[in-house]
Amino acid sequence: MQPVQPKTSQRRGESAIEKLLVLSAAIFIIVIALITIFIFSRGLPLLFEIGLGDFIFNYDWRPTKGAFGIGAMVAGSLAVTLSAMVWAVPLGICTAILMAEIAPPQMGRLLGNMVELLAGIPSVVYGFVGLVLVVPFIREYLGGNGLSVLAGAIILGIMILPTVINISRDSIMAVPKEYKEGSLALGATHYQTIFRVIIPAARSGIITAVVLGMGRAIGETMAVVMVTGNAAIIPGSILEPVRTMTSNIVLEMGYAAGDHQAALFATGVVLFVFIVALNMMVNIAAKAGAARDGK
Amino acid sequence: MQLVTASKRSEILLTALFWLSGIVIVLVLAGIIGYVIIKGFSAISLDFILQAPSRAGRLGGISTTIVGTVYLTVLSLLIAVPIGVGSAIYLEEYALSGSKFARLVNLTAETLAGIPSIVFGLFGFVFFVIFLGLGWSILSGSLTMAIMILPTITRTSQEAILAAPHEYRENSLALGASRWQTIYKVILPSALPGIVTGIILSIGRAVGETAAIILTAGSSLGMPLSPADPARTMSVHLYIMAMEGISTERAFGTAFLIVVLIIIINFLANLTLNRLSRAMR
Amino acid sequence: MESVTLTSDNMKMRTLGLEVFYQDFQALHGVSMEIKANHVTALIGPSGCGKSTFLRTLNRLNELIEGTTIQGQVYLDDLSIYEKEVDVVALRKRVGMVFQKPSVFPMSVYENVAYGPRIHGIKDKSKLDEIVEKSLRDANLWEEMGSRLNSPAARMSGGQQQRLVIARVLAVGPEVILMDEPASALDPISTSKLEELIAELKKNYTIVIVTHNMQQAARVSDYTGFFLNGHLIEFNRTKELFVNPANQKTEDYITGRFG
Repeated sequence: MQPVQPKTSQRRGESAIEKLLVLSAAIFIIVIALITIFIFSRGLPLLFEIGLGDFIFNYDWRPTKGAFGIGAMVAGSLAVTLSAMVWAVPLGICTAILMAEIAPPQMGRLLGNMVELLAGIPSVVYGFVGLVLVVPFIREYLGGNGLSVLAGAIILGIMILPTVINISRDSIMAVPKEYKEGSLALGATHYQTIFRVIIPAARSGIITAVVLGMGRAIGETMAVVMVTGNAAIIPGSILEPVRTMTSNIVLEMGYAAGDHQAALFATGVVLFVFIVALNMMVNIAAKAGAARDGK
Repeated sequence: MQLVTASKRSEILLTALFWLSGIVIVLVLAGIIGYVIIKGFSAISLDFILQAPSRAGRLGGISTTIVGTVYLTVLSLLIAVPIGVGSAIYLEEYALSGSKFARLVNLTAETLAGIPSIVFGLFGFVFFVIFLGLGWSILSGSLTMAIMILPTITRTSQEAILAAPHEYRENSLALGASRWQTIYKVILPSALPGIVTGIILSIGRAVGETAAIILTAGSSLGMPLSPADPARTMSVHLYIMAMEGISTERAFGTAFLIVVLIIIINFLANLTLNRLSRAMR
Repeated sequence: MESVTLTSDNMKMRTLGLEVFYQDFQALHGVSMEIKANHVTALIGPSGCGKSTFLRTLNRLNELIEGTTIQGQVYLDDLSIYEKEVDVVALRKRVGMVFQKPSVFPMSVYENVAYGPRIHGIKDKSKLDEIVEKSLRDANLWEEMGSRLNSPAARMSGGQQQRLVIARVLAVGPEVILMDEPASALDPISTSKLEELIAELKKNYTIVIVTHNMQQAARVSDYTGFFLNGHLIEFNRTKELFVNPANQKTEDYITGRFG
């Protein structure tokens, strides 16, 4: 009869594999730690020297003269992001409702595939199309030179649509079908059911979709660089050019040195902290929402 | 009869509004893709694909950027796939659910997935290019790219492993197979389509990434031979051609190739996903 | 179908030669049944026999399933409910439904009950209060929940949730209440409370209940229909059907020889 214990060589192999697997999982933590350490260590000293408030709100950016205020870039990021959300969020949520509730399932799936494709198109292609199609259109019909907040808002809005649509649709589809049947059985119309039961029940998911869309918009770089004109000024109208925080980094990193480079890293720190905070808020809100609903 | 009422006009309006939003989405997608395909098609030729660019891209083809793209993509997959799949196996098959370590890994993976590419670019630049002294190179770019696609590969692998029927594990273990044998011979094969989907999606991300690559792999137009050489990918090429107004025609050609590649990648990802869901039925 | 002819007076609902198809699958074959007002009619039969499908044709909820086609007639009083011009929303207001799993909406107890009246246009707060209280009382829930109207409905026990769902249906003021295995997710004590409630409700409402618990059918119902493979095999007064089944298949089923 064979002994019940496994052969020791086999057992040793098993434990070596397990160690390797633990190590690969640990790489995630190591990478996050490295990113934090290296970006913060390059950016924080200058940030402290200037002061966070001055850095973010002062709009005097003359890096060769030692003036490091990214106020104009912060305003630029906010202007482009908010004006993109103004149109893309309602459109995205309507499309999500269409896909989940109104369109026949096959049509919904087809639309889903199209949205996937929209999500897969690289930002540089969006930027390129913006540059050769949207910018000349604005220049021709609305005035200015076309490179503008508006061009950024149009292109960026398209780019956040997949995020808004997919997460909203998933959360609408995750609403238990019993809610829908229960409401319809009470004589509610399909639209009453959608607006009074399904959307309220999917509320936290839809908010998540909007917040993540916003994070995506603020972090986006290439498309925005290509269509917004990149003037480091506070825009007076949506037809004027702006420079976002991300654009500033990619445009100047190539030649920046010393404090100038540190200021770009400090901009990275601000972006990093802001977006990680947004994502964490979403996570915490989602958990709180689940607890409140008694799930 | 009280039961018989006319359909309300507001409902018809709402329905129209929802359908209109769907139509807008379709038109936007069709517009972007159609525009690039139509305008780019005339720039495409065998020479455009096979010839090296000359005079900063004004003349010649884009062969070196295609090589750079493939080089960088393959290398980043070679780095990220073992780590990503390994982590997924660890998280789903070994880690006790609720263990602090597993929760931390999941949290960092989520965080990593949300970081914008420009921040990865900054990190890759300061860590790989400068601190490790790898310079602007395929290696620096691939390492940075690998970090960016890790969350996708891990998450899709986790989902695929989780979807493997529980009875597989029990039956295999009951036959006297060890834990790793069970994973290797039973779980992974059944999770393969999901893992492949993650890899395909990552290829799409690598092909399209620009901001992080420009800061880590550089934008040299030469033919990259060793991983230590700098390189320019197709996306970076498109950016520079368009931004510096070097050649709109060649920019269209490059955009055409990228979009066609992305459509193929999307199609393949859907194919493997469908196969996965069919196998799970 | 073997069954005695029932007296035709006091009829609330009636089906004639009802056939239901899901794509190519025929779920119901020529079902004709008469449902008496202010009585409880139970539908029994093994899983997949068509009893739930039949129940859902009575308020047209089966239309939610893609690819469903229906032939035959369903009458509510004198109204043929599958006629084109019938407003399905108004129909469902008159024919309410309670599901297997108690599906309270993620809102407070009050909002759950007030949902239906609000949908149907009642905005007056005191009127809503009145309806909510009466519905909760009629559903035997006022004693337990009257003081906790604003707590989330999801925190209630399963039995309470099911009675809340019934209160929600009552608040709409239906004439017929359809119940699809309403006790299958409940513990024995909650089940007996639910059965008491059904006995009280039939004074004012017509009730149709699907159950695969034959004891329950025998306890709560006045009439019973036995379904098998999409056919209504036998329909009779509950006492007679259980004591003296006319069809061999019915006898096999109620004596536990299959199903």
